Amino acid sequence: MVDFKRSILMPVLVILVCLGIDYVVPEIFNPYLQTLIAYSGINIILAVSLNLVNGFTGQFSIGHAGFMAAGAYMSAFLTMTFPHWAGPIVGLNFFFNTIAGGLLAAAAGFAVGLPSLRLKGDYLAIVTLGFGEIIRVVLLNIEAVGGARGMYGIHHSASIFWTGFWVFICCFTVTRLMNSTHGRAFLSVREDEIAAESMGVDTTKYKVRAFVISSFFAGVAGSIFAHYLCYLNPSSFAFMKSIDVVVMVVLGGMGSISGSFVAAIIITLLPEALRPLQEITTIDFRMVIYSLTLIVLMLTKPQGLFGELEISDLFRKYVKRHS
Amino acid sequence: MLIKTLLSLTALTLTLTSCTKKQEAENSAGTTAAESSEILVGEYGSMTGGEATFGISTHQGIMLAFKEVNSSPEKLKGKTLKLLSLDDQGKPEEAATAVTKLITQDKVMAIIGEVASSRSLAAAPISQQYKVPMISPSSTNPKVTEVGDFIFRVCFIDPFQGTVMAKFAAENLKVKKVAIMRDVKSDYSVGLANYFKETFTKMGGSIVSEQTYVSNDIDFKAQLTSIKTSKPDAIFIPGYYTEVGLIARQARGLGLKVPLLGGDGWDSSKLFEIGKDSIVGSYFSNHYTTDTTDPRAKDFIAAFKKEFNAVPDGLAALGYDAAKVLIDAMKRSKSLTSSTDLRDAIASTKDFAGVTGMITVNEQRNATKSAVVVKVAGDNNTFVTTINP
Repeated sequence: MVDFKRSILMPVLVILVCLGIDYVVPEIFNPYLQTLIAYSGINIILAVSLNLVNGFTGQFSIGHAGFMAAGAYMSAFLTMTFPHWAGPIVGLNFFFNTIAGGLLAAAAGFAVGLPSLRLKGDYLAIVTLGFGEIIRVVLLNIEAVGGARGMYGIHHSASIFWTGFWVFICCFTVTRLMNSTHGRAFLSVREDEIAAESMGVDTTKYKVRAFVISSFFAGVAGSIFAHYLCYLNPSSFAFMKSIDVVVMVVLGGMGSISGSFVAAIIITLLPEALRPLQEITTIDFRMVIYSLTLIVLMLTKPQGLFGELEISDLFRKYVKRHS
Repeated sequence: MLIKTLLSLTALTLTLTSCTKKQEAENSAGTTAAESSEILVGEYGSMTGGEATFGISTHQGIMLAFKEVNSSPEKLKGKTLKLLSLDDQGKPEEAATAVTKLITQDKVMAIIGEVASSRSLAAAPISQQYKVPMISPSSTNPKVTEVGDFIFRVCFIDPFQGTVMAKFAAENLKVKKVAIMRDVKSDYSVGLANYFKETFTKMGGSIVSEQTYVSNDIDFKAQLTSIKTSKPDAIFIPGYYTEVGLIARQARGLGLKVPLLGGDGWDSSKLFEIGKDSIVGSYFSNHYTTDTTDPRAKDFIAAFKKEFNAVPDGLAALGYDAAKVLIDAMKRSKSLTSSTDLRDAIASTKDFAGVTGMITVNEQRNATKSAVVVKVAGDNNTFVTTINP
């Protein structure tokens, strides 16, 4: 009974908090800062979901942007073609379209994962990279979604509320997953595949599972991106976007959800925070400083900001040291 | 150690963000105080990334125009113009962020940008939403200005170039039979080919053969052989310079000696590098040419050379014209505080003498202006004629 109460209380609380944020944010921040908050949210979903594959399961995927594109185009296409299929409430439409986008991305993840996750390391990286590019090139050639011109006039349904909501769902899912039997199996695959297999863990199956869940959330992030920017172009989902997400995961620490969370925010805000510098000096070395920051961080903390720890672990450590 | 690094990092981030906010506070305070002396204009473009040359050329053109106004004795109704330019790295989402920042944080009066239609399409709805006029210097896709009544451009649109080359073929070259080779994967190429066909047949010519290819193709012999059997007087290839260069070489190899015609996608020094002698003697339509007799263009080229020590390309000229049209509209605008007044002033631009021709803004907020036709002659192209709409 207590468990039931907790399981109801949690979602209700989250929705209330998200609604609160949705109400407060426009009061405090101007639309520019709101955009940055939304982009941070999108990047958090991308980084945390990729962490499931790259950090926890120890595989190396660099095709995350491809799955994001699949979700983005699917959901945007649904919004454009069937504006009111789930009733007159815009948010509800967006919710279902996002799930549809996520499912398509998950299906794509399954299609790639099944044959290719038998590969290891570099080979897998190349396969995922190739697949990400295939999705992009296919989109470039579909006239129904605008091709190279892009898809414009998508309804602006992704509010701060929905971004926050999906960030929560993503982080919650991954956290709970990692504390379950499945999560232990993911970790065992990362730590020693042969040992895991000899203990009866079906490594390929678990790798595919991690991949599919990760792709689903990439698709969700894509859907939010599409409905926030209101414009889609295949060039947004190029190879560099995948690399950006990998950088977030590595910077935050492979296998740390709070690490990915914080790193995603830093990577989103840093280039923007450096803009005033460009305005003052009139020379554009914004990207140089941005890259330098990454290099310095990686040199001083090669295991990432958080390593494999979570923010709660750090807090506990801190308390222990000072008590 | 971990905690220390973390803390210092958080501190760094916080400082940086607070810097942004402080900047913003200063900015908003600054604009109220300096209301009477400065007008802020925003620009977004690809200053870095794969298309950096486009953004930088445009930026230089705009800077030159602003400098000229600010150094003139009367300035702009006694105020100086200040340009705020933001980099979008050639990404649509960055373009949207940059424009949101320019409008909501820096509170610019108007916006100039972008070169690529994809970035303009991402940013235009934001400009429209906040009712800040935006002038695109060189986005030729018709969809851009369809976003709303605050979006303008100073270049002609894709369909017009097709019409221009059809007129040129029929009236100047006096040819009757033309073959078309279009890149089916490009909106631009298909659009140009369709309008060429429409105008050319209306003017009494006939299209004897229609072939297609796809960007990044290497071999065009099959299509060219088919074209050869139909004995055309000219071939219209509205594509980009890489393929056009290859097509030219293979056509001459097959003994097709007729002139080739094209659009502004040919405008690159790479065209001659790839096509070599095969491409010499072909014609294409463009926004502007450095081989000109127009005194305004000559002055611009001289001023640009003095300022940046380089010959201005088409994008620099269009950037310059976009800024000039905006400045002209600001001079005519009833007030410099209302964006609707400024919008109306830009919309009523008529026969404005720009470097790239006489610019009139039509009801679709596109520029009605002349195009130039140039002949490929080695490294330099020679001016042939001006075609009016």
